[in-house]
Amino acid sequence: MGDPVTATTEAPATPTAGPKTEAVPAISLSGVTKTFHSGRETITAVGHLDLDIEAGEFFSLLGPSGCGKTTTMRMIAGFEEPTTGVVRLDGDDVTDVAPNHRDVNMVFQSYALFPHLSVAENVAFGLKRKKVKAAEIKRRIDEMLELVELGGHGKRKPSQLSGGQRQRVALARALVNQPRALLLDEPLAALDLKLRQAMQIELKRIQRDIGITFVYVTHDQGEALTMSDRIAVMNGGYVEQLGTPAEIYEHPATRFVAGFIGTSNLLTGTAANPTSDGAEVRLDCGQHVLIGQRLTEGERADLTVRPEKITISTDAPDAGLSRVRGTVTDTVYLGSSTHYTVRLDDGTEIVVYQQNARDLSATDVTTGRGSEVWLSWRPSHSYLLSDSPQGGPHRA
Amino acid sequence: MTATLDATAATPAPPRRRVDWGKWFTRAVIGWLFTPIVFMIAFSFNDIQGRQNVVWEGFTLKWYGRVFDYADLTQALLYTLAIAVLTMLIAGTIGSLLGLALGRHRFRGQGTTNLVMFAAICAPEVVMGAALLSLFLVLGISTGFAAILIAHVMFTVSFVAITVRARVITLDANLEEAARDLGAGAWTTFRLVTLPMLMPAIMAGGLLAFALSIDDYIITSFVAGQVTTFPLWVWGATRIGIPPQVNVMGTLIFAVGVTLAIVNVIVAKRRR
Repeated sequence: MGDPVTATTEAPATPTAGPKTEAVPAISLSGVTKTFHSGRETITAVGHLDLDIEAGEFFSLLGPSGCGKTTTMRMIAGFEEPTTGVVRLDGDDVTDVAPNHRDVNMVFQSYALFPHLSVAENVAFGLKRKKVKAAEIKRRIDEMLELVELGGHGKRKPSQLSGGQRQRVALARALVNQPRALLLDEPLAALDLKLRQAMQIELKRIQRDIGITFVYVTHDQGEALTMSDRIAVMNGGYVEQLGTPAEIYEHPATRFVAGFIGTSNLLTGTAANPTSDGAEVRLDCGQHVLIGQRLTEGERADLTVRPEKITISTDAPDAGLSRVRGTVTDTVYLGSSTHYTVRLDDGTEIVVYQQNARDLSATDVTTGRGSEVWLSWRPSHSYLLSDSPQGGPHRA
Repeated sequence: MTATLDATAATPAPPRRRVDWGKWFTRAVIGWLFTPIVFMIAFSFNDIQGRQNVVWEGFTLKWYGRVFDYADLTQALLYTLAIAVLTMLIAGTIGSLLGLALGRHRFRGQGTTNLVMFAAICAPEVVMGAALLSLFLVLGISTGFAAILIAHVMFTVSFVAITVRARVITLDANLEEAARDLGAGAWTTFRLVTLPMLMPAIMAGGLLAFALSIDDYIITSFVAGQVTTFPLWVWGATRIGIPPQVNVMGTLIFAVGVTLAIVNVIVAKRRR
């Protein structure tokens, strides 16, 4: 497999004795699995997970519903006990520690604000459990409500607040305890689009300001790409790919990641003429494209290329590029860009996003529907995809 | 011509008087429910001379001053109130715990428990009373105060459990998790989050138990033995004429019940 860092399975973080160093991850899951029993059936929620989340990181668990991301978060919070494996916080094994004794706090999707308590009492709840002095509690509540821009709302009941305000109370209630890590379970899912976008920026700002590790569960790829330092893309209980937003978007490792994050074109073929720095892939339609990764002769290869990496033209492109010929079947003009759908001889459809750098108001007949075009992209923009790591611990 | 047309168009059709049957039906039902109570209250102010309190003879407040004139009636009322309060507390506690367990957990015998609860509500009181009497005789439990209390707790506990269970089911389980997450142990979570959230249902269930206990005649009559409760005394008095003191006591009990219900509604509203 290529450079994209997948969750490493080998070399479980050896528990280092002695004083903690900065290298100790804030949260570490090693060999964690979780199975549920439903009648006679056994359901695997988390297949095999090795994950190190660094201190101060904004880390997202991204995946479709049922991928195990929420179960993973609940195991970190302590609401679920792993079937096997170890959960560590700052190097301390907390696998058997109850949630009320774990130094992490969670923001629930439903916010879970106590409806019978005022905003200030909600925020004070955690501090009171820790027997913090009343004056100190008051100071920290005021400070925290200022931070989430709810100063002066302390006496209100949660039912008197808007959705966005409740969301911020939930955030304040968790953050005021200064936890080692803040766990957020789809906290923005219930908000409308505009508020959600504003809160994304807000969350990122707060995270930068206070420097606490954030673990963010979401099914919204846009949210994950916008806010995260690193993302673990999960599917079917396994991590498909782990990396920075750019790594995950630009170099999707598996078919699932390529399909789940953004739009991608999938091409299938057989490797031919391998060289030291790449190979040709003969597509099933007979045309061939170039790839910048090593392959052996005759190997089956699935590759992906992002729509915005492809150039559409009527003239034959340079021979050094990947190039295929096809027929335009659809164009959508979007102002700043145009989306083309191009069909190859065997019916494979390729989506192309072209920036409208030129003035297209004089109708571009050459690339209208039905016209024959060339598509080209750099060999380094073709990425080999591997299978999903389902079915067992995958290789590094 | 055009002007006429315009005028016709501009003038709205005369508003048609529509009879709102729903409104009248509601009024009729409320009237039906409250007429007997209004009579009871009115006749507690009736200035009667003889024993029969059935014809309006004039307004007086004197019965309120002489409410405790019949020592055995007062004793009966005290028994009834003591039993009702104890029933409310005992059935309220057991029923709430039962409702919490049934609404929150899955366990063996859950279906049976539900069934038994509904059976206790559906069973005719005559059957239950007779059954309890023979059970007490077999077990050697003497009839009287304790027997009445046991019987009342038994038949009211299901009402409390069902009321509380309904509330538990709609409770957001995340609330308790949030409390745990914020450092509260199991007991603190129950005390500070679960219990306050369930309080309206527990109060409603407790009031229901109180109300069911205070006016129970049928089951009580089987197991009362030598003890005379308020409903038993009133029934016994019908043959010789019910004194206005009964109306006074009924009015006072009703007033207390209404007050408690109003307080419950206000508290529930304020929590929201």
